[in-house]
Amino acid sequence: MLSHLHKQLLNDYQHDFPLSARPYQDIADALGVTETDVLSAFTELCDNNFISRIGPVIPPNHIGVSALVAMAVPEQQLQQVADKISAYPEVNHNYEREHQLNLWFVVIASDAEHLRAVIDSIEQETSYPAMLLPMLDDFFIDLGFKLDLNND
Amino acid sequence: MIDARDRQLLEHIQLGLPVCPRPYAEIGRLCDMPEAEVIERLTRLKQQGLIKRLGVIVKHRQLGYRANAMIVWNVPDNLIKQLGGHISRFSFVTLCYQRPRQPEWPYNLYCMIHGKDRATVLKQLEQLVNACGLSGFDKEILFSTRCFKQRGALYQNTALADG
Repeated sequence: MLSHLHKQLLNDYQHDFPLSARPYQDIADALGVTETDVLSAFTELCDNNFISRIGPVIPPNHIGVSALVAMAVPEQQLQQVADKISAYPEVNHNYEREHQLNLWFVVIASDAEHLRAVIDSIEQETSYPAMLLPMLDDFFIDLGFKLDLNND
Repeated sequence: MIDARDRQLLEHIQLGLPVCPRPYAEIGRLCDMPEAEVIERLTRLKQQGLIKRLGVIVKHRQLGYRANAMIVWNVPDNLIKQLGGHISRFSFVTLCYQRPRQPEWPYNLYCMIHGKDRATVLKQLEQLVNACGLSGFDKEILFSTRCFKQRGALYQNTALADG
């Protein structure tokens, strides 16, 4: 069950986590609780897999290059192919989607050459062709995601 | 711009800030950097937009947002900036990109909607289509069914060594 503190931490600290020597203390001061309360609450959120981490979001293609990749894989082989692809450290997101192109993943590499090498290797290992969709423009301003955590 | 020390710092912090009283000192220990320098570099990277945001990265699925749709449109190239900008202003949109069309894939505008269930996502999509004037363009809606891997962008070793 999420406490009021959990909800505040989830919704209010997606964007401007304090950049100070004692950030958890600063959060505690702002919310009128103790630093220990904040540390415990964050530990619980991590342990229960409600947050992936507290960290930076780096815009795509500022450091290295990335591309979305789509593949059409027969259903009975999908898990096996997906596992092979997920094993690449350069792959970060990997999802099944409802479409004939049913496997969608994101590859991040140091440069275009490295990206090409990863795609070639994946195509060779899985024997399915990969459709490469690099990002041309990013319209999104990431201000964090407003979670409605009531009535659950 | 970003230098070798910045890269080293980002490499260590991207897996997550430790949950302990002095997390930046902890990160500093990992990359041999004083706590004050860690904070100063992160502040600058954020100001420069090389860190888009610093904070809690939530797991939508675990928090009850189980429906995720990627919607792709084929829109005229000369309208894409305007439409992309408009789409991005909706709070339920979590990504909005332009990508190149492919021989058997005519779509160039991508957006992502996270919602508690499919009905909500479809209702939000309808709202988006009406508000942005997207009804005349071909589109496809791709709901995700299984998540095989989800992790933050990992710019590691190779990615950060020399790029």
